[in-house]
Amino acid sequence: MTMRAEEIIYPTEAGLYCAPGDFHIDPLRPVPRALVTHGHSDHARPGHGAVMATRQTLDIMAIRYGEDFTASRQIAGGPTQIGDVTVSFHPAGHVLGSAQILITPDRGKAKGAPRILISGDYCRTPNPCCAPWEPVACDVFITEATFGLPVFRHPDPLAEAGRLIASMAEFPERPHLVGTYALGKAQRVIALARAAGHHGPIAIHGALKRLCDYHIEQGIDLGPLVSATDPGEAQLVLAPPSAFASPWVQRFRDPVLSYASGWMTVRARARQRGVELPLVISDHVDWPQLTRTIRELSPEEVWITHGTEDGLMRWCELEGIPARPLRLIGYEDEPE
Amino acid sequence: MKDFARLIERLAFTPGRNAKLTILSHYFQTTPDPDRGYALAVLTGGLNLRQVSPSLLKRLAAERVDAQLFRLSYDFVGDLAETIALLWPGETLENSEVSVTEAVRLLRETGKLALPGIITDLLDRLTPSERLAFLKLPTGNLRVGVSARLARTALAMGTLRSVDEIEEIWHGLTPPYAPLFVWLRGGPAPAVFEAPFRPVMLSTPVTPEELSAFDPADYLAEWKWDGIRVQAVTEGDNRRLYSRTGEEIGASFPEIIEAMSFQGAVDGELLIRRGDQVAPFSDLQKRLGRKQVSARMLQSHPATLRLYDLLIWQGEDLRPLPLDARRERLETASFYSDRIDLSPLLPFQSWNDLAGLRAAPHAPVIEGVMIKRRDSPYLAGRPRGPWFKWKRDPMVVDAVLLYAQAGHGKRSGFYSDFTFGLWEDADLVPVGKAYFGFTDEELRDLDRFVRKHTTQRFGPVRQLAPELVVEVAFEGLNPSPRHKSGLAMRFPRISRIRWDKPASEADRLQTLREML
Repeated sequence: MTMRAEEIIYPTEAGLYCAPGDFHIDPLRPVPRALVTHGHSDHARPGHGAVMATRQTLDIMAIRYGEDFTASRQIAGGPTQIGDVTVSFHPAGHVLGSAQILITPDRGKAKGAPRILISGDYCRTPNPCCAPWEPVACDVFITEATFGLPVFRHPDPLAEAGRLIASMAEFPERPHLVGTYALGKAQRVIALARAAGHHGPIAIHGALKRLCDYHIEQGIDLGPLVSATDPGEAQLVLAPPSAFASPWVQRFRDPVLSYASGWMTVRARARQRGVELPLVISDHVDWPQLTRTIRELSPEEVWITHGTEDGLMRWCELEGIPARPLRLIGYEDEPE
Repeated sequence: MKDFARLIERLAFTPGRNAKLTILSHYFQTTPDPDRGYALAVLTGGLNLRQVSPSLLKRLAAERVDAQLFRLSYDFVGDLAETIALLWPGETLENSEVSVTEAVRLLRETGKLALPGIITDLLDRLTPSERLAFLKLPTGNLRVGVSARLARTALAMGTLRSVDEIEEIWHGLTPPYAPLFVWLRGGPAPAVFEAPFRPVMLSTPVTPEELSAFDPADYLAEWKWDGIRVQAVTEGDNRRLYSRTGEEIGASFPEIIEAMSFQGAVDGELLIRRGDQVAPFSDLQKRLGRKQVSARMLQSHPATLRLYDLLIWQGEDLRPLPLDARRERLETASFYSDRIDLSPLLPFQSWNDLAGLRAAPHAPVIEGVMIKRRDSPYLAGRPRGPWFKWKRDPMVVDAVLLYAQAGHGKRSGFYSDFTFGLWEDADLVPVGKAYFGFTDEELRDLDRFVRKHTTQRFGPVRQLAPELVVEVAFEGLNPSPRHKSGLAMRFPRISRIRWDKPASEADRLQTLREML
């Protein structure tokens, strides 16, 4: 008897559930066994009985939630049997440690059952902070669609960093405060600023420190970093976006507020944020990458987890690819 | 077009005046002719480009993009030109640079039938940010918060000329202004066309204490009219009516143009006057910004000129003369039109006399008195000293703070933009917004209040517990169907923070209505 994909994996209140393996993927609430794609806090939550993830994602969870974030850790190595399925982790290019998860049902029990790939969040633009995305053959592709509209075409991130550096040169007296999330975006912006020719010290808000330190431990060169409470001569300051709305920002004289995100493509979004220098730097696939990935993987079916799924649904319809939305709730627009 | 697109983008997101000046000045200094000249013309509204309608843009997009994907995208982005700029399909060729000059030339010269093809072709050749800049050109409104004056101020930066010198010749120039850029670097003065705008002389506010240091005998005084300051210029057959900033507004006031049978440049107030009765500002507002004026409007809202200065008369430049002498020439000049009269001089011996007149003007359209030094030449700009405005005391109400939003630039991180309201029955109705009037120290206090009394957040806006009363001063009131309160204040600002006053004792909306 052939097992259908809908019987192998389906959404539950706790998140996406794999029945023959009896585990959840990126669960939203505590479960006995969780497989985690990456360390962003809406995908990686504490309190599960067991967590399987890449070594770096497990490290990041321990940094964020403490060493006791789960009862049992398992580092994802090669293909691993769990219940009646085999799982394997493949780089997703999103943030340090991020992975796509491939689920292959055992042939014996479910002959001809489909291979299911869960993309997690992914990005195909080269990023010095993490391993590049790898194509993985599959029959059902479960994809994110954060930027699932044709208006999202992210420019070359190095050119965006160039705009930041140009603004710093144009306004040498003004500190430049860039809003970045603590995991991934902060280190990426630092690496991009370095690549664009900024070699001086960069000041970071306290909330970014531990994860920057971890990236350095993992061999990613971020150059000289100083604390934003004592920035000295540092003209470039990185902070979590929430800091912009707090009195913390008042210590800087006439700052240029900036924000690095794929949403900055849209002016109204950038205005809402009240930023002076919107930088379109994203850790997600944009529309061309998203549609190209589906074409290249050529799956029999596409399932869409979260994002602007209407646009991608319509595209799949035009391309004649069966698609359906999973409407998983609980994941942020562009998670940390 | 890349540099121009970057310029537009930076200006759109840069709130600070000084930062805008820096960005503009760098652009003018580093961009070659004629691109910078056309960019300058775009920023100062000096180009008459073929209009591209939203329906044409939608039609062009429909040829390239699935209708449903387009609708979803437009819903998300919210701006038609921006949506098209972002989703226009196809990879841009690296070596397909289109200059501002080329884009402007195409939009000027292309016939209506060829226009769709030209636009499609350009969209194919441009990058997304260039596409947006290009599509904003023919809509005539860049929405980047740059006035023509600000653009010219930036133009003067780092050159041999002052902004006043530029303004003196500006209105006689045409894009792309190549002779102007030569002159800025020390070259010969450019040739100008007839009947140009001359930069106006502006006044500064004054207090009774400051006035007491001056001898009243050295000054003339007139009413300060609540109309629009205009400059009417007739030279040869050219008749032009300019606003205070040099925008031509003659098309909205054909009866004034018709009445300008003199030769010269005069300075005065544009007013709606029915016989001797000068109508309030709100009547004049109905005539502003119209491309065509109906015969009925001309009848019901007749525009007139009330003059107070003479700049040029029959070819002679009177501006270097003292005010006394200019006034004498003004009073002996003939205008041959009952639409043109003079703003009368006020009789006064002492500042107290003038204070008495100011306190009891004979018409509500008077908003104070102007005090001008008799020996002052007519100077461009706002020199401190020769001309004062002594405005009627502002109107005030006590209102309750309802919402706050964070400021920009120097006010980053501080809640400095406030919406306030007045009582109607048991509700507080928003009546206006104020961004200034308080000191830096008061700003810190207000910021602290906002953070402690937020009840809800809507994006960047915080709703406040209705507890803090502020005294709001303003210069006038107009009926406004666009406001929930039905009223719009002019120049509202927070004049005092009433930490002492309970919200329940703030003013009622009815009080404001009665001030109208």
